[in-house]
Formats: sequence, C-alpha cells, structure tokens
Amino acid sequence: MAGSKDFVNRRIHSLLGVIPIGLFLVQHLVVNHFATKDADAFNAAAHFMENLPFRIFLETFVIYLPILFHAVYGLYITFQAKNNVSRYGYFRNMMFLVQRVTGVITLIFIAWHVWETRVQAALGAEVNFSMMADILSSPFMIAFYLIGVLSAVFHFANGLWSFFVSWGLTVSPRSQKISTYVTMGVFVALAIVSVRTIFAFI
Amino acid sequence: MSTKMVKFIISRQDNPETAPYLEEFEIPHRPNMNVISALMEIRRNPVNAKGEATTPVTWEMGCLEEVCGACSMVINGKPRQSCTALVDQLEQPIRLEPMKTFPVVRDLAIDRSRMFDALKRVKAWIPIDGTYDLGPGPRMPETKRQWAYELSKCMTCGVCLEACPNVNSNSDFIGPAPLSQVRLFNAHPTGEMNKEERLNAIMDDGGLAECGNSQNCVQSCPKGIPLTTSIAALNRDTTFQAFKNFFGSDR
Repeated sequence: MAGSKDFVNRRIHSLLGVIPIGLFLVQHLVVNHFATKDADAFNAAAHFMENLPFRIFLETFVIYLPILFHAVYGLYITFQAKNNVSRYGYFRNMMFLVQRVTGVITLIFIAWHVWETRVQAALGAEVNFSMMADILSSPFMIAFYLIGVLSAVFHFANGLWSFFVSWGLTVSPRSQKISTYVTMGVFVALAIVSVRTIFAFI
Repeated sequence: MSTKMVKFIISRQDNPETAPYLEEFEIPHRPNMNVISALMEIRRNPVNAKGEATTPVTWEMGCLEEVCGACSMVINGKPRQSCTALVDQLEQPIRLEPMKTFPVVRDLAIDRSRMFDALKRVKAWIPIDGTYDLGPGPRMPETKRQWAYELSKCMTCGVCLEACPNVNSNSDFIGPAPLSQVRLFNAHPTGEMNKEERLNAIMDDGGLAECGNSQNCVQSCPKGIPLTTSIAALNRDTTFQAFKNFFGSDR
C-alpha cells in the first residue's frame, strides 16, 4: 500500500474535492449561467447535458461516487476537530472552521438539490428553466439556494488552497499566501457566476 | 499594608481523576516577577485570596530560560512558558490553567509522554551505531546548518499540540512538533540515509495526514519554528514516497 488507511483516505478526499468534484462544480455553474441569457438558451444547454452519451456512467463515476466518499469522510474529519477559534482567532484557523461549516451546509444543500432535480427527473419530471423558476418562486428557497451555492463555492475555493498544501504544491509561507489570494479570487469569480444564475430564474 | 497585590485565578486539580476547580490567590507584587516566581511565592505561603490555608500549587519547571519546555501552561487563554511570562506584561487577574490536551497530573503539571512516544515513533534520531567505525559522515553545508538550527530549537513543550484543533481525544494525531523533527533529521546529510523510514512512519495512522491546516501551531510556537512549512514540505516528500511505495522505484 502507498501509506496507511488514514493517509490514503485523506489524500483521496483532498484529490476528489478538486478532481472530479471541483471540475464538475465549475462546469455545472458555467452551463447554468446560460439562464442569464434566456430560458431557451438554458433549456438547450440542459438538454445537451441531459443527452450526453453514457450519462449514467458519467454521473456515477464523476459525480455520485466521488461526492459520496468526499461527504462521508468529510463528516468524519469535521467531527474529529475541536474548533478553538474563540481562543485562537487567527485567519487560517477561522478558514479551518468555515471550511467545515460550509462543507456541512453544502452536503445538506446538495442532498436537497439532488432530490429536487435529479431524483424528480428520474421520476419523470422535466428539468428545464420553468422547473428552476418554480423552485425559486419562494423567498425561503432563494435564500436556501444562495446560502447553499455560496457555501459550495467557498468550500471548493478554500479546499483548493488546502489541496495545494496537502499534496505539497505550496510549501513556503509566501506561496501559501499567494495561493490564498488566488483561491479567494476563484471564490469571488464563481460567486458572481452563481448568484447571477440564481437571480436569472427569479 | 500598601504593597501592590497581584491577583491569580488558578485552575487546580487534586489528582488525574478528580474534577478541576478554581482557586484565587493574591500575592505581593515584586518588580520583574514572572509567573514562576509568583507560583513560588504561593508555595512559600499557601494561603488563598480568602485567607484560607490551602495546598501549594503544583507545576513543573526546569531551565527557567525558555529552552526546556517543562513549564508550559495556559496563561490568560494562551499556551506558553510560565518562565518567560512576565507578570507586568499580563492582564490581571492572571488566569493559569494546565494544557488540558495532555493528561493533568496535578494542578498545572501535565504528562507530556505522548510527545516523547511520538518522537520514538517517527524515529527522530540519526542511527550511527555499528560494529565498526563508520568514519566521518558527509559534510553539511553551513547555510543548511543554520536553517536546520531553527528546527532544532523545538523543546517538546507541547504548545503546538495544545493550540491544534486536530489534536484531541477524538483523534490520534501526533501533532506538529514530531513532524517538524522528521524534517530536521531528514535534512541532515547522515540522517537523510534513513529518510524513507521516517516518511513511512509519519504516513501511518495519526501521522501527517491528520493535519487540517488551521496553522495555529506556527502562530503559537514560542521558538518561532516554521511548523507549517515543515508540514507542507513533508506533504510533498510523502507524495513522492507514496508513489514510490505503490509503484516501486529503482531509486
């Protein structure tokens, strides 16, 4: 084996968060951004994604299994920590806490989001612009989607920072600082994309 | 009686099994006193702030110049050495607690055995014993020696473990200090010959991977050791080691 169970699981957890989950997240947000153009553009894009060949295999190996592992192991990591931000209010320690909080929020959001869209599609509903406009017709759901999507985007961007550290790409304090700015740039960029998309359905 | 008094609130515990309780003390101020001299004053006259006779407070100390690591405790919420905690620089009342990440022996005295066990686990030494004289080892460049000296300042005081959110009763993480020692011994030209053994030791359960990058350790280390840089560098080394272990390597 390459290392102990913990070592391999942690590294796989970190890798899966970026490849494929992070890549899927970016792709998903970009495709959804067609909604800012008009309903037809969104429907065409959704239809294209829906009709990709080998869809169930793509979904299983690029989305379902990686997210399932990342979520289960992530919860284990989250509940192992004893957060101490009140005593050690340093920037990275706060990010450590926020990473865990946004991870749990993202998991709750994704579970609901998958139920509302993918599971409903499997049960015969059609995933299109009006489905999303319908979901986002209540102020509560708008707030839920905003919190959920921004949590996911933050968790990805800050997770990218830890991925660079965990795999040994950013070692020096300076490289980690630059990486903080870059990944927070990723957060802001993806936040703009996703918020614009959500408001396009309203 | 017009002497200035210094107030202490000390977390006390009679033995490892009993519940902790707080006791207040007021002792006369002396110029330049540190927390240890205040504790010595309490030991000389073990009477609490209410005027009741009590047992003297137990704590550990050694060098009194912040190089042995024995007198670490939580002072006003932050773990540090009590020898270099000057009373005049602390907000009053001064709160003293043991570093509860470790088993409390009595009052402020803790058992740091887990750190020494971890150093054994990661083989934090350079094996040079043999059945014959192996001769001199390779030379270490002076610039590298100066850099490694910073890592060698670790005094196993336990402050980094106390500050780390991932070192706790739910986890078997060995903490930042022994990890940085692996980097120190792997950087030594003779120690480097056993690099793989140490890397494999920290790739075991409770090792390097348990780090969650809160980076409290580097903020808290009294010796300013670049602990998170060591951890990230070891992350890089173990990435290569993991691939070598899995796929094999022709060196």
